[in-house]
Amino acid sequence: MTTTNEWLDLCSINDLVANSGVCALLKEEQVALFYLPNEQKVFAVGQYDPFGNANVMSRGIIGSKQGQLFVASPLYKQHFLLEDGSCLEDAAISLPVWKTQIINERVMINTA
Amino acid sequence: MNKQNLVVVGNGMVGHQFLQSLADSGQMEQFNVTVFCEEPRLAYDRVYLSSYFSGATADDLAMGHIEEYQSWGLNVLIGEAVISIDRDTQRVHTNKGTTLFYDKLVLATGSFPFVPPVPGHDREHCLVYRTIEDLEAIKASASGAKTGVVVGGGLLGLEAAKAIKDLGLETHVVEFAPRLMAVQLDEGGGDLLRRKIEDLGVQVHTGKNTQQIVDGDDAFHRMEFADGEVLETDLILFSAGIRPRDNLARECGLEVGERGGIVINNNCQTSDEKIYSIGECALWNGRIYGLVAPGYTMAKVVVEQLIGGEKQFLGADMSTKLKLMGIDVASIGDAHGHTKGALNYTYNDQVNGIYKKIVVSETGNELLGAILVGEANDYGTLLQYALNGIKLPANPETLIVPNFGGDDAETGLGVSALPDTAHICSCHDVTKGAIFCSIEAGAQTVCDVKADTKAASGCGGCNQLLTDLVNYELEQRGVEVCTDICEHFAYTREDLYNIIRIEEIKTFESLLSAHGQGHGCEICKPLVGSLLASCWNEYILDTPHVGLQDTNDTFMANMQKDGTYSVVPRVPGGEITPDQLIAIGQVGKKYNLYTKVTGGQRIDLFGARLEQLPTIWKELIDAGMETGHAYGKSLRTVKSCVGSTWCRYGVDDSAGLAIELENRYKGLRAPHKIKFGVSGCTRECAEAQSKDVGIIATEKGWNLYLCGNGGMKPRHGDLFVTDLDKETLIKYIDRFLMFYIKTGKRLQRTSVWMENLEGGLDYLRKVIIDDHLALNETLESQMAHVIDAYECEWKRTLNDEDALKRFRTFVNSEKTDNNIVFIQERGQIRPANEVEKSVAEPIKMMV
Repeated sequence: MTTTNEWLDLCSINDLVANSGVCALLKEEQVALFYLPNEQKVFAVGQYDPFGNANVMSRGIIGSKQGQLFVASPLYKQHFLLEDGSCLEDAAISLPVWKTQIINERVMINTA
Repeated sequence: MNKQNLVVVGNGMVGHQFLQSLADSGQMEQFNVTVFCEEPRLAYDRVYLSSYFSGATADDLAMGHIEEYQSWGLNVLIGEAVISIDRDTQRVHTNKGTTLFYDKLVLATGSFPFVPPVPGHDREHCLVYRTIEDLEAIKASASGAKTGVVVGGGLLGLEAAKAIKDLGLETHVVEFAPRLMAVQLDEGGGDLLRRKIEDLGVQVHTGKNTQQIVDGDDAFHRMEFADGEVLETDLILFSAGIRPRDNLARECGLEVGERGGIVINNNCQTSDEKIYSIGECALWNGRIYGLVAPGYTMAKVVVEQLIGGEKQFLGADMSTKLKLMGIDVASIGDAHGHTKGALNYTYNDQVNGIYKKIVVSETGNELLGAILVGEANDYGTLLQYALNGIKLPANPETLIVPNFGGDDAETGLGVSALPDTAHICSCHDVTKGAIFCSIEAGAQTVCDVKADTKAASGCGGCNQLLTDLVNYELEQRGVEVCTDICEHFAYTREDLYNIIRIEEIKTFESLLSAHGQGHGCEICKPLVGSLLASCWNEYILDTPHVGLQDTNDTFMANMQKDGTYSVVPRVPGGEITPDQLIAIGQVGKKYNLYTKVTGGQRIDLFGARLEQLPTIWKELIDAGMETGHAYGKSLRTVKSCVGSTWCRYGVDDSAGLAIELENRYKGLRAPHKIKFGVSGCTRECAEAQSKDVGIIATEKGWNLYLCGNGGMKPRHGDLFVTDLDKETLIKYIDRFLMFYIKTGKRLQRTSVWMENLEGGLDYLRKVIIDDHLALNETLESQMAHVIDAYECEWKRTLNDEDALKRFRTFVNSEKTDNNIVFIQERGQIRPANEVEKSVAEPIKMMV
């Protein structure tokens, strides 16, 4: 592993809220974490809403559109796919995304 | 061109319709119109007369309005009666000495109640039921009475019995015939109706021939019957049929029928071609029509005749559907099977109290008539079969036998089977063809068609048929009528509400797995969250519900543009103690919050960070405050003035009522936010008429206004009912709110809901006041459940460690969001803009 591509222990799975989001700090960066227990998956996307210019994405509602999972901004309701951060309303804009895994009830995030 | 002098004698429902049709024709300027209205008020709705005793006022019943009449250029003489007609000189004379020349004369003098000439019929407290003055006399007489008897068990008699019952009297119905509604019903239907009416506490005596009325021993009157029995009562109301008011015609030599009625031809002309007659005073083909719809048709025929059209009156269908004391009753065509060779099918469900009969032709192909008691959903379909001679299905009994499953057991009549000439709305004479024309001309919805054609705006009986027809036709034209809320649920909001209620579904997960697909979205999740809260009122941050909430509900505060929140404690009725004000002030100061007084008479504290919300709320709750639900699609505020306690003009305690109402409905979640206002007098300082529920004190009680709105599209509330006592007022509001919650669309305010409600305000009155849908008990108990289940969500949250974890800005750090930056302005904070953020020194937070 290199320093730019390492798995960091971010928080406990108990810090997450099922079918909803919370925010964690990855060094100085704010990361929105969404936990889907049915899929046993945690998605990590940027907390900063590029339309509303505020750190709010973890407080959006998650849902699906034709099978693709998204989070809707709580400010102006744009949809961002959890898989790759792309914005459904504006192809030029996307949120950063991180890979995650759950190991022993800990949420691990890949810094790459 | 010289204008013609048109004189109209009578301003009842039919007289009014005549004027309305003339105005609608756009030809009013051809005439100088003079209207004689003998009663002290213009036309009013006699069909709903009994609602006068369940809350409606004379204003509510009014049909004719003087401003409107004047705008049409009519000369209206109220309280003036024509006493004679001189046909040679074409003049009418009145009781006030007026003499007026006519080119054309319209007699719409209506009818009077028939009082059987038994000895004692003219005693004091023997009354009739026809006009508002009659009602006032009944009310006055009933005030000293315990018992009331209605003589006559027909349609009008049973309406009158409802009126007496609403006045709180022990009520009896005495009928000469062996059953109730003998004209419309057969023995089976009449028996069931009798049983149902007796269940409501009205005693029914059939086959009674009153011989005389004399002084009673225990009551004011004693009625003696031919069979030797007697009945004592304080009040007697005669409602034993009507007789045409044909005196004027009789005295000026117009031809009248042997048993009364002004004889008219197909043009509605009397034996003098300059004189027309319409409504219950007119005799066509040996027949008097005692219903309003044929009268309306006659009115339209005369308008056509006057402006050169060729429309004729060719008889009318006497089928009726009505609700008598909450019981559905309908009768169609040859209900008694008098036609030669007619055959019956009967369905009699004694368990559920439903009786249905259809009469079919000898060949079994045609429907001749029908009777429905206890449930009349099939009326529209059966009527179309009967009126249009549509060929019956091979087993006609399937039309009335309940359908217990089986996908292809659909028996409803497809609207496509109707001919273009089929009358869909008989009140306003609208055919299927006219509805298609309306769609052809651009109508896109049922509402459009109604506005355009007036269909279904009379008795409303054709509503379902009209809706089916319009939707069918729109579909045929490829217009997609999609009412699904989103891709996850192929249902409307109301469908989901009903599913949740009926299946007692408590979570989004179980609703989605049973009735939906996918993962849900930001449309259906908050919607279902709101429905679950409206139905079961569970804590919204419980694990199964938390992911459904919009951010405002999740954090029980209102997110602002910079991601901070505003906080609004509840201030019921806007009444607040100095200590509470100080507590709010201290919190604002301590957390450096921007404070502003809201339009709903409370105080909003802005700029709270997520992690500050619990401590802010702890301090507010310790000071005795509770959550204000400013974040929810729920009851917001009940705005009030100080009322009679302080104000020199106040007539009742508006602030007290506002506080009571706000505490009653706080936390109630709905399709959208709900605001109330209560004013202590007609000066209306609380602006109640711009609220969803507005209440204004009067000398006699409270006036209730519904479905007002401020905001983008202001709307004044509609006056729903006047002079209510508090108990009734609260009952009506319970029902109203729960009915809105049940039927409203997602994010639909009550104002828009009302404008799209089929049947509008009248329909809402029928539901809430008359219990037209037999739903009120349910609505009230549902409301009681929500009220009982209320708890302050913030108080609960402060005692719930799991829920509190959610209020951390970062789950793995105590740091705060460094993107939140404030600037000082006018002595308070405001969010910094992007430029300011790059240069400004962040203001130090005190916590």
